[in-house]
Amino acid sequence: MKVAKDLYYTNDHEWLKVDGDEAYIGLSDFAQDSLGDIVYVELPEVDDEFDKDDAFSAVESVKAASDVFMPVDGKITEINEDLLDSPELLNEDSYENWIIKIEISDKSQLDDLMSSDEYEKFLDEEV
Amino acid sequence: MVAKKTPLYDEHVKLGGKIVDYAGWFLPVQYEGLVKEHEAVRNEAGMFDVSHMGEIMVKGKDAFRYLQYLLTNDLSKLVDNQVIYTFMCYPDGGVVDDLLVYKYNEEEYLLVVNAANIDKDFKWMIDNKKNFSIIIENVSDQIGEVAIQGPKAEKILQELTDFDLSSIKFFHLKRDVDIAGINCMISRTGYTGEDGFEVYASSDEIVTVWKKVLEVGKKDGLKPAGLGCRDTLRFEASLPLYGHEISREVTPLEGGFKFFVKLDKESDFIGKQALTNQWKNGLTRKLAGFEIIGRGIPREGYEIYKGDKKIGYVTTGYMSPTLKKNIGNALIDVNETELGNEVDVMIRNKPVKAKIISKRFLKK
Repeated sequence: MKVAKDLYYTNDHEWLKVDGDEAYIGLSDFAQDSLGDIVYVELPEVDDEFDKDDAFSAVESVKAASDVFMPVDGKITEINEDLLDSPELLNEDSYENWIIKIEISDKSQLDDLMSSDEYEKFLDEEV
Repeated sequence: MVAKKTPLYDEHVKLGGKIVDYAGWFLPVQYEGLVKEHEAVRNEAGMFDVSHMGEIMVKGKDAFRYLQYLLTNDLSKLVDNQVIYTFMCYPDGGVVDDLLVYKYNEEEYLLVVNAANIDKDFKWMIDNKKNFSIIIENVSDQIGEVAIQGPKAEKILQELTDFDLSSIKFFHLKRDVDIAGINCMISRTGYTGEDGFEVYASSDEIVTVWKKVLEVGKKDGLKPAGLGCRDTLRFEASLPLYGHEISREVTPLEGGFKFFVKLDKESDFIGKQALTNQWKNGLTRKLAGFEIIGRGIPREGYEIYKGDKKIGYVTTGYMSPTLKKNIGNALIDVNETELGNEVDVMIRNKPVKAKIISKRFLKK
């Protein structure tokens, strides 16, 4: 399973990529593979605000729906609308195809997330 | 309790199957991918391990009379080597299980039941044996089963036997057929809405059948198929799944399966009175098909509303791989089941518009 470098990761298999005061958020390769064929992505709206661990999106395979959770507190600044018509992009490359961009409310929360190396170890141990 | 392995477990692992615990059995939910396997069954062929299904033999001079009392369908017109679909109900009309009955002869029947219900069914059958002169035997562990389904199923299976498979008609069976050197019982039945066969052999020998079918079927596009597409295929074909469209609480009449409940059967049967009353008094809720008009996929358990009023819930829902539509079955207030009626499905606490459609989603 691919683990992209220089990203932050959560236990729920989201990734976060810092871009100044903002960050892109998406699903790890492990998450997309576990879900199988992704057929639907539900997105939040720009300006919606979420706390860490809130579900901000739902990603659905034929089989099941899975919530996607906020790695940190933040306000949505962009959504990846390509996913509405082409949810399979997440299966094709879940690092290239981010889900949302946010304004990070509290950067100190990044310290609670895993590094790429830590996430790789987490996958080895947990899965 | 640790889940059990079917005789084909090692084959699933070798094929890269994603193993899950289903009804107490380790089985593959998919190999290559749900949608690919689903499409293989609709367009070419797929093979399922259904060895987890239960088999219960009923033998003896009262076998026919006992089954007429136990089951809702009417076995009186069933000929030897014919198969019938039926329910086994509680006195209140709730469903113990849905099953297939294989008639070998007047004194010998094989009942094929859901894996999760084997112990419950067997006990129910024993508890209702009364004075009938019969022997009831749970032979589930001795039998392995595979289902070969799809438009190319007959062509593929025919390569492994000298017996003319075209002579087995829909819902008929043939015993002692040699498939790849293994003694099998074959029926032209399935759970996908496609033509196909279910093949029974001893649990030691089923692996030979599995391997041979995979080998000869490959050139025709046959794929091993997992539980994931088993459910999407049966759902599209309007076939019920116990615990969803019918259950302890949902009667076959509410599920819309009255055809398999013969209220006019001469013999009494368990549940006859309650089901007759329910039919005479009129149903209050009924299973209906629906299609999402807005965005979102309906899932089991989601609530259905008409305005502010909750009218029922989703029993099965999917993004249909064949129809590419978000559709479902819902058990709702009978007054809301008219075709074209617009209702709301609550998806993650938000109402999404849907309209009632025929639950025969797949038109062949």
